[in-house]
Amino acid sequence: MASLVPSGNTSTNHPYIPSTDLERQEMLGVIGVDSLDGLLGDIPVEHRHPDLNLDVGLAEQELSTLFGSIAAENASSSSGHISFLGAGSYSHYIPSTVRSIMQRGEFVTAYTPYQPEAAQGTLQVGFEFQTVICQLTGMEVANAGMYDGPTAFAEACLMAARVTKRTKVGVLSSADSRLPDTLLAYSKYQGIEIVGITPDATEIPDDLACIGIQSPNFFGEIEDVERLTKLAHDNGALSVVHVNPTALGMFKAPGELDVDIVTAEGQPLGVPMAFGGPYVGLFACKKAHIRQMPGRIIGRTTDTKGRTGYALTLQTREQHIRRERATSNICTSTQLIGLMVTVYTATLGKQGIKDLANLCYQKAHYAASEIDKLNGFSVETMSAGGTFFHEFVVKCPGSPAKINAALLSNKIIGGLDISDRFENGMLVCVTETSSKADIDKFVKALSEIGASA
Amino acid sequence: MSITANAGDIDRRLLMDRSVSGRKAFTLPESDVPVQRMPDSSFLRDDVELPEVSQLEVIRYFSVLSQLNFSIDTNFYPLGSCTMKYNPKINDELANLPGLADIHPLQPDETVQGAIRLLKDLQDDLGEITGLPGVSLAPLAGAQGEYAGLLIARAYHEARDDSARTVAIVPDSAHGTNPASAAMAGLEVVTVRSDDQGNVDVENLRELANENTAVFMITIPSTLGLFEPNILEINKIVHDSGGLVYADGANLNALLGLVKLGDLGVDICHSNLHKTFSTPHGGGGPGSGPVMVTDELAKFLPKPVAMKTDAGYVMATPENSVGAINGFHGSFSIAARAYAYIKALGLEGLQSVSENAIISANYIQAKLRDKYDLAADRYCMHETVLSATKQKKRGIAGLDIAKRLLDFGIHAPTMYFPMIVDEALMVEPTESESKETLDHFIAVMRQIDDEIDSSPELILEAPHDLPVTRLDEATAARKPVLRWTAESG
Repeated sequence: MASLVPSGNTSTNHPYIPSTDLERQEMLGVIGVDSLDGLLGDIPVEHRHPDLNLDVGLAEQELSTLFGSIAAENASSSSGHISFLGAGSYSHYIPSTVRSIMQRGEFVTAYTPYQPEAAQGTLQVGFEFQTVICQLTGMEVANAGMYDGPTAFAEACLMAARVTKRTKVGVLSSADSRLPDTLLAYSKYQGIEIVGITPDATEIPDDLACIGIQSPNFFGEIEDVERLTKLAHDNGALSVVHVNPTALGMFKAPGELDVDIVTAEGQPLGVPMAFGGPYVGLFACKKAHIRQMPGRIIGRTTDTKGRTGYALTLQTREQHIRRERATSNICTSTQLIGLMVTVYTATLGKQGIKDLANLCYQKAHYAASEIDKLNGFSVETMSAGGTFFHEFVVKCPGSPAKINAALLSNKIIGGLDISDRFENGMLVCVTETSSKADIDKFVKALSEIGASA
Repeated sequence: MSITANAGDIDRRLLMDRSVSGRKAFTLPESDVPVQRMPDSSFLRDDVELPEVSQLEVIRYFSVLSQLNFSIDTNFYPLGSCTMKYNPKINDELANLPGLADIHPLQPDETVQGAIRLLKDLQDDLGEITGLPGVSLAPLAGAQGEYAGLLIARAYHEARDDSARTVAIVPDSAHGTNPASAAMAGLEVVTVRSDDQGNVDVENLRELANENTAVFMITIPSTLGLFEPNILEINKIVHDSGGLVYADGANLNALLGLVKLGDLGVDICHSNLHKTFSTPHGGGGPGSGPVMVTDELAKFLPKPVAMKTDAGYVMATPENSVGAINGFHGSFSIAARAYAYIKALGLEGLQSVSENAIISANYIQAKLRDKYDLAADRYCMHETVLSATKQKKRGIAGLDIAKRLLDFGIHAPTMYFPMIVDEALMVEPTESESKETLDHFIAVMRQIDDEIDSSPELILEAPHDLPVTRLDEATAARKPVLRWTAESG
């Protein structure tokens, strides 16, 4: 009679590790040692096998439960919250094509294409990505991607310093503070001085490497890039412009305005907000400066049979060859996020990118005009006569922090409190993901909170 | 004209060459708000030249392209120093959960308690694994982790009014990012030699370490896949000179539960979550390179750092932080995957990772050492560096062997690195691969060595059956074509 004790699976193997005890013993035998410790002789014995305070492993089902509880502690659209936050990370609808292609393990689990014959998929996507970034920005060349927007901007300013052989970098005072903050962390030991420039400046120091401009700026306003670029060029400086890529579906491309280097946060192009990352930095410039460009670059060539193929190129700029004389220490192109951007822009296409920019514009301007009608609230961006995209500054009748707290009890995540830069200022962002009903709910809540403020 | 039947033909045309005016892959909703006044036309642009293709064309184009890649999901990928291990599918699924993928980085802390709790737990686990309890998850890649670590070292010396320390000592076997990051941090790079065993030349280090030493950067295990036997003495020499020890944790996959870097006297290290902690490499990023430090150095960490307070979890800026090295909080959804990996394996699983990674590498080394020279003739850790010098003498270079491996569906090892080894082929099998896969690789490597005498043209012309043969990389660099244009296609 069969035993009633369940036979079960008695293997102690973990699902991620195939070797069984028997196989390990066999391999150790081939190596010529009795146990693993025979291979660890170089590790000081007193420090070998330390105590570690870690949990026991979870089964996949338990892991799912754990993550379910973590996700449930966060407020987002999936918990019924509506949000009006932007300032560098934007809520946009992500098409099914992007999510679907992101499940292709052949893309997701490949490495940097050092063996181009075995990575033509990754490489051709990268070439498409560079093409799209050039088309959006109107620039001649683009690299395959940087870490994120602020690091791309910082690297652009450092590149301008190399190109001009100057050490002072001007940054417009209307830029997101994340841009000069990151630049500072990147440049503080390279003898670079950061100089603030006001957007209406008509003169700049004659020894600047560049003017760094964000447009739309932190407050959502379109800057006069053409004038500032000319001002830079008149003083032998470059023009570095940090854009919102969604706005490029509508507003003049920097390439039309003689800009030298363009950077952007790529997140709005099909990448989840995901609490801040991973994103991808976009980086494009004039062809003349290409050998000073940081990051990976993919080029087209031919194989020994004359067929078209793609490979990493201009690698002599990079750290693995040039070491301490490289243009940057960067060792990635954030390729997978670049893939998301490439599938996203292919999906939206020529008409979609235009329609999207227009939809965002319409909704943000509708929200601004409704808020501007409220007692005690005024939209400062509009009163300044500026043209804005996505975002605008609302002057609140009291502390934005208090208003946001009251909004939160209505499941509304209000705009960003920018009272450190603007008295009682709230930076409100509206994209295509906000419905008219969401905007009206927000406006009504502001009106009620404002009345009691 | 007839059409040749060949199911293997691949249409490599770019999207713009597939574009047909009027096609679309996506429709946006109609605007539900009253029409707004448009800006002055001088601000506006003409059309953006993006492709016009159908939705199926988008899916088919990218799906077919994906099939041109080698990847972990489809191939053995023993690329040394890159730790190409299995990337568990559940991790991707969990990181994309609503409530994680759709939260904004500037939401008030009280609305993202789960996310910050996850980051805090991951910080604690990484601190425990490395023995360096101060952790910032901000760095977006290994090179950023290195740079953050060097900023911390500089801030530490400056806080002690010891700012004349402007030298980074780096072994000649180091990864290129080490000197590149040091240069960015304004440090002069001084190279310390390796001895004939692949270890740091201790006497050379003793000569170099002095009152100008800011930091000594050492990869543990080294890029030769070796654990530095003199590590305690080395760290003492550096500390006695007043410098700090920075450990490049790229090879941490060899050390999980076997030794803590902090116990060895390391002050600062980084770890590549996309290597040791299984997050996908994505064809070249995104990565994540958390930086870990001693308690004493924690106040210098880059911002932000997740903390637990009486009022709940908060994202905080350390007291003397070196600042913001990027836009927000680091690669959150990469951190989420690494967290899932650590939780799935637990203590025993993580120890088993390193044990199996080490056994697999030594097994390959033992089975190939009669055919291929070893960079160092001793037991290795998680990777073995072979040298094709004997093969080179017979007319076949390391590069050729690498290309021939592709014909067998095996990704090439890392070639010509570390630079101190001639014809280096760095093989890292990882714990993910079965003994059958290792045996197959060993058999192929032995066969390639045989082919040098029997049919060298097979190797020299490899790869044969991939989407392309060897590419003309010189022309690519000399006459760069970096994008589609209407003229060139």
